[in-house]
Parts: sequence; structure tokens; C-alpha cells
Amino acid sequence: MRIHCPICGERDRREFYYKGAAAAAERPDPQADAATWNDFVHLRDNPAGVTRDLWYHEAGCAAWIVVTRNTATHEVLGAVLAEDRA
Amino acid sequence: MTELTAKSPCDGLLPLTIGSVSCSETVFDAITSVAPYAGEAEWVSSALRGQIGAEFPAPNRATGTAHNRAVWSGRDQALVLGPRLAEIPGAAMTDQTDAWACVALDGAGARDVLARLVPVDLRDHAFSQGHAARTLIGHMTCVLMRTGENRYGIMVFRSMARTLAHDLRLAMEAVDARR
Repeated sequence: MRIHCPICGERDRREFYYKGAAAAAERPDPQADAATWNDFVHLRDNPAGVTRDLWYHEAGCAAWIVVTRNTATHEVLGAVLAEDRA
Repeated sequence: MTELTAKSPCDGLLPLTIGSVSCSETVFDAITSVAPYAGEAEWVSSALRGQIGAEFPAPNRATGTAHNRAVWSGRDQALVLGPRLAEIPGAAMTDQTDAWACVALDGAGARDVLARLVPVDLRDHAFSQGHAARTLIGHMTCVLMRTGENRYGIMVFRSMARTLAHDLRLAMEAVDARR
């Protein structure tokens, strides 16, 4: 599996550390209600298809990136820096 | 006061020649991390050019020559290998002279040796002279740079010098055995 790091280019998967769903980067407002925080902390989608994950280029440039991939076909569709995510 | 004897990181481990590939330690007068502050990149690059004759490297590149080299080492960060630098206003600088083990891998089979250890594309079109990478060598993170047609620079944390020498020896022996 190869991931295209926005800074380093195409690199082997072993250079990266997997964090989890990109939803983890969308932190709710501290004043948000308990249901919103419960959703943020505990609830994750489990899509059969396109999903977005946070990866850390641990053995490379040390950037956090959001990788779009397909859980059904294992295609890696793209990656952007976490700070540039839509 | 006790007189201490300075040892280089690969003291007693290198040099090593197996078949067409040789591996030797490179010792620099200083290794300095240079990290420009936000908005200071151009100024720091020109200051660096004034001091070592090489500009601040772009991502995955190295600039300069053998004893005045700057190699990209992460986002907005480069390691300067060579002379001790004067302070550059606008950049965070740290002395890392004793932190790294620096090795040169040289010879016709150098790329074949690296290909056994490093998970990046080392072919000419993807990794040519002046290219550099933060990547893995075996299980260690490293700074890798191509400094010649058949010559590569490898840097790992000093504490891993023995592992690096061991891994390189195994790979060099394996490549030589297939000749």
C-alpha cells in the first residue's frame, strides 16, 4: 500500500502511523452539549466504500494528513495536509 | 580534570568494504538544525547562502557540496552539515553535532544495498543527485541523500550507529553474494 504524502510524494505505508477516522480532527466547541461530545468521542461510521482517515507521516516529514481511501476496493484516492482539509 | 577521548559515533564499526560497495563514516565539524520562523524562509535562505554557499533546501532535497551541505529534514527544517554556523536571526537553531551518525555508502552496488533497507523508489528518475528523504532504513528513521552517481549519505540517531552498521553489513554481504 502506497500513500501519496502531499509533501514527500508517494511513500510506503510503513512510514505512516494510522490514527483513525478524520472525524477526530473536527473537535466540537467546548460548550457543545453532551450528545455532540458523545458523538465526537465514541461514535464512528463504518463505511463500505470511501472513507477519510487521519495518518501521521511518522518516518517522513512528520505531517498529519487526511487520506481518502475506499474500504471496499482498497484504493487510496488521495491525501491532503490535515491543515488544508476541506 | 579527567582527559576524555572523543569518539565518533561509528568508531570501531566502520569503514567496511564488501565487494563493490564501501561504507565509511563522515564526520562533520558541526551539524546544526535550522528552522526558519514563519515568514522568514527567504531571509534565512539568503543568510545560509552567505555562510555556506548553499540555499535552504526544498522538501526532499539537499543543497551544497560535501562539506557545506544543507539537507531537508522535515517541514520548515534543515540540517546543515559542515562548518559551525553563526547565528541566523529569524531561525531557530540547535547544535546537533553529536546527535547523528553520518555514513557514506559508495560504489557500483550502493543502490542495490539501499534497496534492501529503504522503502523509497531509488531509481534515477525518482531519486537523483541532490534528492533527499526522511524515511526508514531497516527499522530506524533516517535522513537519506544521494550525493553522487553511486554515492549516498545516510544519517541515523547516534544511539543507533551499531544497528546501522550491522544492517548495512548484512545488506552489503547479501548483494555481494548475488554477483
